[in-house]
Amino acid sequence: MIRVDLRAPKRSKWWEYAIRFVFGGAVTVVAGLVGKAMGPSIGGLFLAFPSILPASLTLLASHRGRDQARADARGASVGSLGLLAFAGIVVFTARRFPPALVLSVALAAWLVTSVALWLALVARRGEDPV
Amino acid sequence: MEWILRFLLGGAIVSAFALLGEIFKPKSFAGLFGAAPSVAVVSLALAFQKHGTEYVVIQGFAMALGAIALATYGLCTMHVLRKPDVPPWLGAGLLWFEWLAVAIAGWAMVR
Repeated sequence: MIRVDLRAPKRSKWWEYAIRFVFGGAVTVVAGLVGKAMGPSIGGLFLAFPSILPASLTLLASHRGRDQARADARGASVGSLGLLAFAGIVVFTARRFPPALVLSVALAAWLVTSVALWLALVARRGEDPV
Repeated sequence: MEWILRFLLGGAIVSAFALLGEIFKPKSFAGLFGAAPSVAVVSLALAFQKHGTEYVVIQGFAMALGAIALATYGLCTMHVLRKPDVPPWLGAGLLWFEWLAVAIAGWAMVR
């Protein structure tokens, strides 16, 4: 069901990777600037900003069609619920454990939660996932 | 210097997750990586160092609100992608305002 295609990255052009790098770097800077200007509670919102999704979805729609892009957007919705697990781990453990451990466990929580929710969604839909 | 480091680390981690999104199939699974906490990992790591744990806790709580907004963004984007007359970059780009409205509304309700 879940497959790995190691040749897929070779089909993308170098400027497509450059776009993602620049978008990702820019949003990280913006999140920091917002936090500096408006405080951590507003800055924290931007840690879940959909920075590269317009670029990714556009590239996917042009390469593989809108159905694939919609499937990708559906996956992003599910992954965003995994972000709740990430944030929860950070909130409840940041005061007690070292930063590297907090962020590692939070990242693992995001992955486990996102994959579990995706599997549950696939099972519920009862069809081959797109 | 800090901002250059943010840009480079953020760009690298976002690119890494985007690469993971490219190699996995099906696309709905690969899409999970479009919501990876890439910006958050870099920003929170720097925040731990510069501002301390209380700052990080506040950011983490706010991030949860942003994540809810991101979920709604994904659902709205799926709907917009059904419209053949709307270019994906335009629809997904304009929906940034939807994300912002939901995120700010959530923040205003709980602050």
